[in-house]
Amino acid sequence: VSAPDLRRIADIAPLVRSKKLSPVELVVSCLEEIAAQREVNAFTTVLESSALEEARHADSEMASGGWRGPLHGIPIAVKDLIDVAGTRTTSGSAVPSVEARADAPVVKRLREAGAIVIGKTNLHEFAYGTTSEETAFGPVKNPLDLSRSAGGSSGGSAAALAAGMCFGAIGTDTGGSIRIPSAACGTVGLKPTYGELPIDGIVPLSGSFDHVGPMARSVADAVLLFQAMQGTTPTGGEPSVERLRFGIPQRYFCDRVDDDVASSLRRARTALTEAGHQVVDIEIAHAEWTPDVYLHIMLPEASWYHAPLLERHASSYSPGVRLRLEMGRYVRAEDYVRAQTLREVLRGSVNAAMATSRLDAILLPTLPTAAPPLGAQTVTIAGKPEPIRGAMLRLTQMFNVTGHPSIAFPAGVGGDGMPRGLQLVGREHATSSLLRAALAVERQISGGAGSVGGGTG
Amino acid sequence: MTESTDAWLRAACADADRRGLPELKPLLEALARSTAALRAADDAHRSVAAPPSSKEHE
Repeated sequence: VSAPDLRRIADIAPLVRSKKLSPVELVVSCLEEIAAQREVNAFTTVLESSALEEARHADSEMASGGWRGPLHGIPIAVKDLIDVAGTRTTSGSAVPSVEARADAPVVKRLREAGAIVIGKTNLHEFAYGTTSEETAFGPVKNPLDLSRSAGGSSGGSAAALAAGMCFGAIGTDTGGSIRIPSAACGTVGLKPTYGELPIDGIVPLSGSFDHVGPMARSVADAVLLFQAMQGTTPTGGEPSVERLRFGIPQRYFCDRVDDDVASSLRRARTALTEAGHQVVDIEIAHAEWTPDVYLHIMLPEASWYHAPLLERHASSYSPGVRLRLEMGRYVRAEDYVRAQTLREVLRGSVNAAMATSRLDAILLPTLPTAAPPLGAQTVTIAGKPEPIRGAMLRLTQMFNVTGHPSIAFPAGVGGDGMPRGLQLVGREHATSSLLRAALAVERQISGGAGSVGGGTG
Repeated sequence: MTESTDAWLRAACADADRRGLPELKPLLEALARSTAALRAADDAHRSVAAPPSSKEHE
């Protein structure tokens, strides 16, 4: 039996239950990390007094024999796009916002499971970006290298996890906004199947692409959080014990990645094969259409929500976010319908690839390279410079277009000392099967070590 | 009849100028390229997916 990993909920929960660790101690350790690493800028709001009060309440509840489950007394962070009762949902913006009167359903469910909300995390303004730099609260910095972006848009949530400022977090994902920062910070993030978790109480970006999901320091912890967010009792999950069959998509997904990402994928393939799983090359038809389909749906959907705000508060937006919102007003309805039609073709392509090759999951990189330097406009991959936003979205956005569940996890460190990440994509409406596969893959690839993020809090 | 992306881009850039948003123009140019690619993909899809009877009406 290995020693408990004090970064992981799954390992800490038994210690909390047996009163070897108290919720107050956990909250205090997180608050200390937040105070010690303010330069990371992971939070827009720290809920110090309410978190301590909730921790004391959890202590007394447990003292009288009431244990709600593995999330009881566990501090979590909530992306500041999501309603937490009594706090303003700022969306990382200077656009005026109001105090939420109720928790979003996913927050309510986590609280019912005993989790303690320690704060609201910083993000790319209105979730409309991949670097978490355009925000009224100042850029989120990557705790593994402060000169680099934490990814986005849920950059504060991933940074807080990697820096030991919380044990779990909630993020949202419209084109990769849970998985991209997870890859950038060496943490785990799950985008479930579209529609699987309620997005009520969350500021929309693009209604037909928006997902909410858990972020964590291990797949096992993401499972616990996901179960609670579904409204079921978090019991954890067991890794799949069957021999699994994975497909690695070629061309569009692997042609433009850096050498360290390619090495991570090769190592994963070898480890899975040596463990008795099957790994085959696959093709996903028309994958190269994805960015154009994505753009023509996401742009007008985002502009629709923001239209009244733009009329009144245009100058309060970050310039880049405002321009992207303005751009959506120029997409023709005919092209929006074209994109929705081709979206179904892409969904069919992913389903066909999985069915034809009899796959349990698709395995591919999450980001084509490491977290970019703050302020970078382009990134050079395989000797070719390209705009940063397109590069960061390239490998994740397809599964927002198609709605398939996808989980990002760390898969080693590059020569630059920064994490590289992979993602597994599962069958539609089979997120639980995907998580069982991910538990098995995490065990093979990282020895179950999970995230590269440090800290005990 | 579908407006060409060139005509759309000219109109969109003129509108951006009129609204005092000239910095939008490079983004609109990128969007025009993406729209052209989207329409090409749609054409390719239709040429494969359309039943023979509808092709006869073209």
